[in-house]
Amino acid sequence: MTRLLSYLLVVALAAPMFAWADDEVVVYSSRKEHLIKPLFERFTAETGIEVTYLTDKAGPLIQRLVAEGRRTPADMLITVDAGNLWQAGEKGVLTKIDSPVLNANVPAELRDPEGRWYGLSKRARTIVYSTERVKPEEITSYEDLASDKWKGRLCLRTSKKVYNQSLVATLIARHGEQEAEKIVKGWVDNLAVAPFSNDTKTMEGVLAGQCDLGVVNTYYFGRLQKKDPGIKLALAWPNQDSSGVHVNVSGAGITKHAKNPEAARKLLEWLSSETAQADFAGLNMEYPVNPRVEPTDLVKAWGDFKGDPINVSEAGRLQGDAIRLMDRAGYR
Amino acid sequence: MSSSVLSAPSSGRVKRDGNAWRWASRLLAVSVLIPLAVIVGTWFVIDPQIWAHLGSTVLPELIVNTLLLVFGVGIGTTLLGVSLAWLTSLCDFPGRRWLDWGLMLPFALPAYVLAFVFLGVFDFAGPVQGALRDWFGLGPRWSVEIRNAFGVIVVMTLVLYPYVYMLSRVSFLGQGQSTYEAARSLGRGPWSAFFHVSLPMARPGIIAGLSLALMEALADFGAVSVFNFNTFTTAIYKAWFGFFDLHSAAQLASILLTLVLVALVIERRFRDRARYAEQGRGSVKQRMKLRGGQALAASAFAWTVFVLAFALPVWQLLLWAWETREFIDQRYWDLLGHTFTLGSMSAVLTVAGAFVLAFANRYYGDNFTRIGVRVGTLGYALPGSVLAVGVMLSLTWIDNRLADALEWLLGFDPGLFFAGTVIALLMAYFARFLAVAYGPVDSALERIRPSMREAARSLGASQSEIVRRVYVPMLRPGLLTAGLLVLVDVMKEMPATLLLRPFGWDTLAVRIYELTSEGEWERAALPAVALVAVGLLPVILLVRKSAR
Repeated sequence: MTRLLSYLLVVALAAPMFAWADDEVVVYSSRKEHLIKPLFERFTAETGIEVTYLTDKAGPLIQRLVAEGRRTPADMLITVDAGNLWQAGEKGVLTKIDSPVLNANVPAELRDPEGRWYGLSKRARTIVYSTERVKPEEITSYEDLASDKWKGRLCLRTSKKVYNQSLVATLIARHGEQEAEKIVKGWVDNLAVAPFSNDTKTMEGVLAGQCDLGVVNTYYFGRLQKKDPGIKLALAWPNQDSSGVHVNVSGAGITKHAKNPEAARKLLEWLSSETAQADFAGLNMEYPVNPRVEPTDLVKAWGDFKGDPINVSEAGRLQGDAIRLMDRAGYR
Repeated sequence: MSSSVLSAPSSGRVKRDGNAWRWASRLLAVSVLIPLAVIVGTWFVIDPQIWAHLGSTVLPELIVNTLLLVFGVGIGTTLLGVSLAWLTSLCDFPGRRWLDWGLMLPFALPAYVLAFVFLGVFDFAGPVQGALRDWFGLGPRWSVEIRNAFGVIVVMTLVLYPYVYMLSRVSFLGQGQSTYEAARSLGRGPWSAFFHVSLPMARPGIIAGLSLALMEALADFGAVSVFNFNTFTTAIYKAWFGFFDLHSAAQLASILLTLVLVALVIERRFRDRARYAEQGRGSVKQRMKLRGGQALAASAFAWTVFVLAFALPVWQLLLWAWETREFIDQRYWDLLGHTFTLGSMSAVLTVAGAFVLAFANRYYGDNFTRIGVRVGTLGYALPGSVLAVGVMLSLTWIDNRLADALEWLLGFDPGLFFAGTVIALLMAYFARFLAVAYGPVDSALERIRPSMREAARSLGASQSEIVRRVYVPMLRPGLLTAGLLVLVDVMKEMPATLLLRPFGWDTLAVRIYELTSEGEWERAALPAVALVAVGLLPVILLVRKSAR
């Protein structure tokens, strides 16, 4: 018992010390460990700056930053989806960054207009279809998924996922609430089966014949395709004559009370640079935000598309409205 | 009840001892109460917009769903747990010896793991429905929908019945054969004897198991979200992660908490009214030998439950783990180490706390202590994340005040002290699993009657001898059971671990979360298999140590 207690005491005393090391960046990340760890290791090898990280969902991490206040050990927050980044900005846990490097590497629509966070990888949320039962020219737009021709043929992921909330938020931005609600109601009417808990299950549903098409992030499709190159699914790029494919980001910002803001800024700039972007996006089959970096070959083979030029922070601003709208429309 | 358990030399000493125990128990209760109070305290700020929205859209659905879940899991775990316990403890049929402990093994499987395995196997795209469509030519769209209330209830029942099984098994074994046979010899039929004598006598055990199962079902987030089944818990998470409104989330949670409290109080009232004859420990000398059809039915039933709840999911996990074996690396030792270290540390702490509470309540109980026990065992019904937020908010608040004071005194900022350390995590585990440890510890204390102590004294035993030769041996099985239960539960725990763990303290559950949240079920099988394996050891130990 005494040994246990002294052990506890040592751990308790040692843990805060971490935060005091000088050439170290402490990161809170909701991007998964296997997608960030290899990059951090490279960064440390190149610069000598250590990176310590902790992963969790975005909500708890932001809450933790709020509660820890000015004594937080974290220097940087990495999270996925502009909705979460926008919330972090609004809760006041991120600081403004004025970096010519970042401004050059990250296109304006993929970062916070106020400079509190920057997109680091681009993800397209698009339509996946069964090559056996759907002709690609039948697919035109997200809005069209509400039309009668897809009755009983649509699969969707749950509305609780922030990716869908952001997609609907951009519908609101474009069409206004009333029109957007009609579209979402149309989707719900067309569902072949209750919404799935994730994108992979959605595609498995399409593949097994439960439905004919669905809405997913492209990298989930990439994973299935890697496992089975002959898979009878394909991606379609909707809204090419209008708003473009819904684009979101994973991104990062420096915390307001960072102990090592300079090192954190170095890391952030490095992550957006040509050297890091191919891996940052490539490890997860996403699109680099840096326009000078090409996606991986597998990703390039899906073809070019026009992305929605709306600033991704709009998705954050309208997220609450989107959730309420989906609840009203009965989208579970 | 105010006499000291150990006969004390003077009444002044008794009083002092009693006060020490009472204060210790209050201190423990307060450590649980603070995070709960933080959650209840959120009612000072109310966002009417969110409440109006929830009320007009999703609230009716999730109340219905939550009730369905509670009733379904309640009926399911009672039916499975009680009938299996009866069969294995008082009857004999082929395979009984093995199933007796095999039926406890599903306890090592976390609900979220069984949920994703079940969907993988039984949903439309899985092998079972696919094979059915092929064999019977049912057409490409033929399906049985399992992502609904029924599916969730089945999964939760299979994961949670071991609580009822274990605790009612102990009751049945304690009754022994004699009561049932007495009822039979007085002219009761086998069913009537079971329902009118054996079952009512086992009621405290059954209820204790059932309330643990139901509290866990109410707090579950992992399994219901795999099924996309909306319950109170999913609404709590939606308010938090969707609307980023922790206040509304905590308010929803405190409603949940109130409902559980009311249910517990009602249950206690009923139990107090019914008195159970004190029983010596009976023994099962001769089990009823089931023959022919009866034996076959009993055997088939028990094996089916075992296969569905354990053999099949573990087999599927092993298959997936084999496919993804390339991902095994050195880090798994760390993950295993952290999982086990956290589990055993909090097992020791929680059991010690439960002992202090139970002891103080039993021998020096006053109203404060009783309320303390009631509150202290509420944490189990709270979704892990919400409880963890309560712990985090209260600890960071204390930390910040402490640091402010030190900064003022010493002139430099010492930083945060408790939050972000193992202490925060252990506090959350303590608050969450005290209820699990309390039951077995309290019933072990109940077995020690004053007469035993008096007998030992009259035989000339000294104080320390009484402790060593009466208390320790009689308490050991109960404390061990409690410790093992907490150990397994903590190792399976996910949301509080995610939120409160210090840097680098990733566990197997954290790894499973990282993979499943990205939809990589197959890869999650590897840490899941490791978690089941490390959980099996204590479960097997648990069965071996519990009454035979």
